[in-house]
Amino acid sequence: MGGTAVPPTGVLELDGAGVAVVDGEGGTRTLLHPTTLTLSERRVAVVGANGSGKSTLVRLLDGLLTPTTGAVRVHGLDTRRDGARVRGLVGLLFADPEAQLLMPTPLEDVALSLRHLPRRERTERATELLVDVGLGGHLHQPVATLSGGQKQLLALTSVLAAEPAVLLADEPTTLLDLRWKAHVEALLDALPQQVVTVTHDLEAAARAERVVVVDGGRIVADGSPAAALATYRDLMAGLPPELAARDAR
Amino acid sequence: MSRVRVATPLGLHIPGTSVVHRAPAGLKLALLAALGTVVAFVREPLPALGLLGFVAATWLLARLPLRALRQVRGVAVLLVALGAFRWWAAGPGAAVGMVAGLSAVVLAAAVVTATTPTDEIVAVLVRGLRALARVPLLGRVVVPESFALAVALVLRTVPTLLDVAQGARDAARARGVRGPRAWLLPTLLRTVGHAVRTGEAIHARGLLDTARTS
Ligand SMILES: Nc1ncnc2c1ncn2[C@@H]1O[C@H](COP(=O)(O)OP(=O)(O)OP(=O)(O)O)[C@@H](O)[C@H]1O
Ligand SMILES: [Mg+2]
Repeated sequence: MGGTAVPPTGVLELDGAGVAVVDGEGGTRTLLHPTTLTLSERRVAVVGANGSGKSTLVRLLDGLLTPTTGAVRVHGLDTRRDGARVRGLVGLLFADPEAQLLMPTPLEDVALSLRHLPRRERTERATELLVDVGLGGHLHQPVATLSGGQKQLLALTSVLAAEPAVLLADEPTTLLDLRWKAHVEALLDALPQQVVTVTHDLEAAARAERVVVVDGGRIVADGSPAAALATYRDLMAGLPPELAARDAR
Repeated sequence: MSRVRVATPLGLHIPGTSVVHRAPAGLKLALLAALGTVVAFVREPLPALGLLGFVAATWLLARLPLRALRQVRGVAVLLVALGAFRWWAAGPGAAVGMVAGLSAVVLAAAVVTATTPTDEIVAVLVRGLRALARVPLLGRVVVPESFALAVALVLRTVPTLLDVAQGARDAARARGVRGPRAWLLPTLLRTVGHAVRTGEAIHARGLLDTARTS
C-alpha cells in the first residue's frame, strides 16, 4: 500500500449511517436510524426481533445497501465510493442458500468464486475445497437435488473460496437441523477471519466476543454477551409493539 | 468420468441410443441453424413439405415418444393461427408452405433438444461464441464468459422455479383453492422475489465488479 495516510484496517465502521426508504404511500420509513458503531472484534453477534433491522445492518456492511445518511467504512474503504473493493473484502452468507447458489453444480459454483485463477487450477482448487468440507461426493450433483444442509455448506464454501477478510452471516443456521447447525457453526468458529453473525440462537450469540442488540432500527444494547443478551431477553419478554398497540385500543 | 446431466430437471432430454442421439451436438445444432436459414427462403409448399418429411424421418429414427412433442404444443396453436391468416391473405399454397416450413424448424428443435443433453448444447454454444469472440471487432460485443454465466444461471434456476410453482400449487390446494389463478400470482411474485435475491447474491459475490473491471 504505502503512502503517508495508512487507512485503519480490520475495522467495520458505521459513521452516523442510517437508511430510510420511500414507503408505498410516498412517505419515508426509517429502516435504520443514524448509527455510529465500530466493530473490531473477531466474533460479533447481532440479535434482535424480526423486522428490527439486522439484515439492513448486514447489507450496509457489505455495501449491498448504501446508507441514505452518514457513511459506512470497511477497513477504511467507503462502501459508497469503493463498493467493488469492499465486496472483494467481505463475504456474505444468507439464511436461504437457494438464491445464493448460482451454478447448476457444486463444482461450478465454487469455481465461480475462483475466477482469478487459471481455468485448470480453478477446478482443482474447487475440488479440494469441496472435499475438505465433506462435499467431495457431490461435485457434479445438480444443486437442485442437494439437501438444505448441503446447500448451506456449499454456499459457505463458495463464499469462503473467494478468501474474504470479513464474513457476514445473516442467520446462517436458521434452516438447518441440529447436526448441520453444529457442523456449520464449528466451521464458522474455526475461521481466522472476522465474522459478524446475525442470529436468533442465543447460545451461539453468547460465544461471540461482542453482542449488538437491534430493536426498531436502533442499536439498543452493545457490549459483552452477558449484559447485551440480558437486555435482549427483557426486551423480548413483552408483546411485540404491534400487538401491544392493538391491545391498548 | 460419468457426469450427472443438468438437463434432467429440465425434462427436455430423452436419453436413447439411436443415430440421432449419438450424432455430435455441434452437427445437430449446425443442421438446425441451416434448416432455419433455408426455411426463411422457402415459399413453395412442396419443398417445405419435403423438409418437414426429412425432419419427421429423424424423429422416427430417434424413436422419440409422443411426450417429446409436449414442449411444442404452444407453438402448434400459434402455427395454426398463422396458417389461417396466411390462407386468408395469400391462399392455400402459401399457407401450407409457411406452416410446413415453420413446423419443420419447430420439430427439428424438439428433436435436437430431446436427443442432446442440455450441457452439451451449452458447451457447443459457448465454444461457438469463443470462436466469435476471437474475431477482432466482434470480440468487443461477444463475451462468452458472461453468456456461459447466463446460461448456467438459467439451468440453475429452472428447477428452483418448478419448485416454487409446485409449492404455490400445494399451498393453494392445502387451503382448498383450485385452478391456476390461485397459484399463478403467488408463483409470479415468488419468482420475482427469487430474482431479486439472486441479483443480490450476484452482486455480493462480486461478479458484476469483475465483469466491469476485466
Ligand atoms: N426495501 C424496503 N422497503 C420497505 N421496508 C423495508 C425494506 N427492506 C426492509 N424493510 C423493512 O425494514 C425493517 C427491517 O428489516 P430487516 O430485514 O433489516 O429486519 P431483520 O431484523 O433482518 O428481520 P428478520 O429477523 O425477520 O430477518 C422491516 O420492518 C422490513 O419490513
Ligand atoms: Mg433478516
